[in-house]
Amino acid sequence: MSPLLEVRDLQIAFGGVKAVNGLSFSADAGEIVSVIGPNGAGKTSAFNCITGFYKPVGGKVVLDGADITGKRPAVIAATGVTRTFQNLRLFPDLTVLDNVRGGMHLYGGQNFVDALFHTPRYRKSERAYTREAHRWLDFVGYKGGRGIPVRNLAYGQQRQVEMARAMARKAKLVLLDEPGAGLNHSEKQELLELCRKIRDLGAAVVLIEHDMGVVMEVSERVVVMNFGKEIADGTPDQVKANPAVIEAYLGKADDEPVPPPTAAAVHDAEAAANEAAGSDGSEGGRG
Amino acid sequence: MSDNVDTSRAPRRIGKPASRVSRLFESRQLGWAAFAIAVLFPFVLASNYAMSIGTTAVIFILLASGLNIVVGYCGLLDLGYIAFMAVGAYTAGILSKAWELPILFTIPAVVGMCILAGLIIGGPTLRLRSDYLAIVTLGFGEIIRLTANNLSVTGGPSGIYGIPGVELFGLDLSAPVPFYYFCVVVVALMVLGSARLGKSRLGRAWRFVREDEDAAEAMGIHTYKVKLAAYIFGAIWGGIGGVLFASHLSAISPQSFVFLQSALVLMAVVLGGMGNTRGVVVGAVVISLLPEFLRDLGNLRYVIFGVVLVAVMVLRPQGFWPSRAYEPEQPKDVKDDAGPGPGAPVATAKEGTP
Repeated sequence: MSPLLEVRDLQIAFGGVKAVNGLSFSADAGEIVSVIGPNGAGKTSAFNCITGFYKPVGGKVVLDGADITGKRPAVIAATGVTRTFQNLRLFPDLTVLDNVRGGMHLYGGQNFVDALFHTPRYRKSERAYTREAHRWLDFVGYKGGRGIPVRNLAYGQQRQVEMARAMARKAKLVLLDEPGAGLNHSEKQELLELCRKIRDLGAAVVLIEHDMGVVMEVSERVVVMNFGKEIADGTPDQVKANPAVIEAYLGKADDEPVPPPTAAAVHDAEAAANEAAGSDGSEGGRG
Repeated sequence: MSDNVDTSRAPRRIGKPASRVSRLFESRQLGWAAFAIAVLFPFVLASNYAMSIGTTAVIFILLASGLNIVVGYCGLLDLGYIAFMAVGAYTAGILSKAWELPILFTIPAVVGMCILAGLIIGGPTLRLRSDYLAIVTLGFGEIIRLTANNLSVTGGPSGIYGIPGVELFGLDLSAPVPFYYFCVVVVALMVLGSARLGKSRLGRAWRFVREDEDAAEAMGIHTYKVKLAAYIFGAIWGGIGGVLFASHLSAISPQSFVFLQSALVLMAVVLGGMGNTRGVVVGAVVISLLPEFLRDLGNLRYVIFGVVLVAVMVLRPQGFWPSRAYEPEQPKDVKDDAGPGPGAPVATAKEGTP
């Protein structure tokens, strides 16, 4: 059986910079795949290509046998892809429940005529929307107020709401872009549990994560990216032992001395690789 | 002021209505109260002048509630909204004159023309974002007016006159008071309709687009279609306003549809509170009636009108009555629905179509 998500030789370029340059990987249903790599390796660009926000200039994205390369994000979403964003992208002035209802748009159940005349169909579907929204908020373990605007929530709660919204899509493929960023240790543990729960629903979970502790603990498979391409693909233990990965993160043994890490985020791929080489004490330290 | 803090994401005091007064403002009966005021108004003042002002104000409410769909719900800045009213007014005027149709019989054609106009104007422009969209809509508003000014079928600069009044089931409603009541009923239904649209799945999609277009798209909302739908609904509301307007004045000319009118409708929406139907109704009443109350002041009245508007926007930039993001924590009608819902979370299940 072919995998649920198959990415083949994906390419995207911004001007002369090839952010993703021949990436190939796959993810199966019921599997957690982590995509890691130094800053600027092209992880988020790859996500944006898969979900249609960027139009890839080459390669293919196949979901469940259907070619979704370069389609409109809404069309790709309708085929069963959902995602979260690296920086929270909620609807800040809407309530928590409304935000989660945002993930349910494709459930349908009513049209504008139903809305104008408040038909039984309208009432029934609105009740279903509300019930489902509560259910998904329970699913992610959200405990805050639900009728208040998300703008007023703490950061960790906003992350949970975004997760509930993404899950309410009931998608086959869940793409999580740094879901652990800005969370404390116990929140990260909850996140791990949540990732497993999502997998157990039968979805394929692909996550970008910098926290090596999280990655090694939760993933069935790890894809390591550098310079827009996968350099390793395997179980966490295999990846840890892979010389190419060690080189990408720590540099080669006979290299020139590594320049000191810069604080500013560097998007140039080469500079990013250097920075990663400099700052990689993250395995335990950031967890 | 700290420059490095993004205050646009800071918490705002929009939450559970705190005081008894706020709760009163959220009450469902308020719409009936407003309707009652409109119905009782002729018993207080029934001069032709008062009826004319009242009818104009009521039509203005309709326009504002239509523009609220576009600007308030969907966040699309439209500076040429009056063009849709012109399309409605001219369609009704031309058809009722040419074929001697009762004016209400022109409504299907008006709705059709407005949908067409919405598609023509919205189709190419809604791919643009914010500022560019505003500029293009400004241009289209002028194009419609200049077209009406130069075509012979629209009567050129002198327009169309002798447009019949409203007749319903053989009853002549063209006298000031019956026509006022007719407008009140039509507008009340249309305002209710726009409020209901705002609370539906489509209305939520509009808000999602307004709040974050990319996130909405990622949730499977075809943002282009949703924006086009907002445009078309706005156009229909404007077109019906045009029919009432043409019938009210019995004469229309391109001077009725200048940019100032678009600006005034937009002002009513912004002043009242974008996205909140109640606020928009209040804003429309203020914008249409304030110049009349200031009439005694002669030429000074527009100066004072302007000062009042500036003062309101400085002191209350979110409008008189902004939409408040709040809903009950656990609506009690959720649990009594025993029917099977969309089911337990099953990630692999294929869910509905767009």
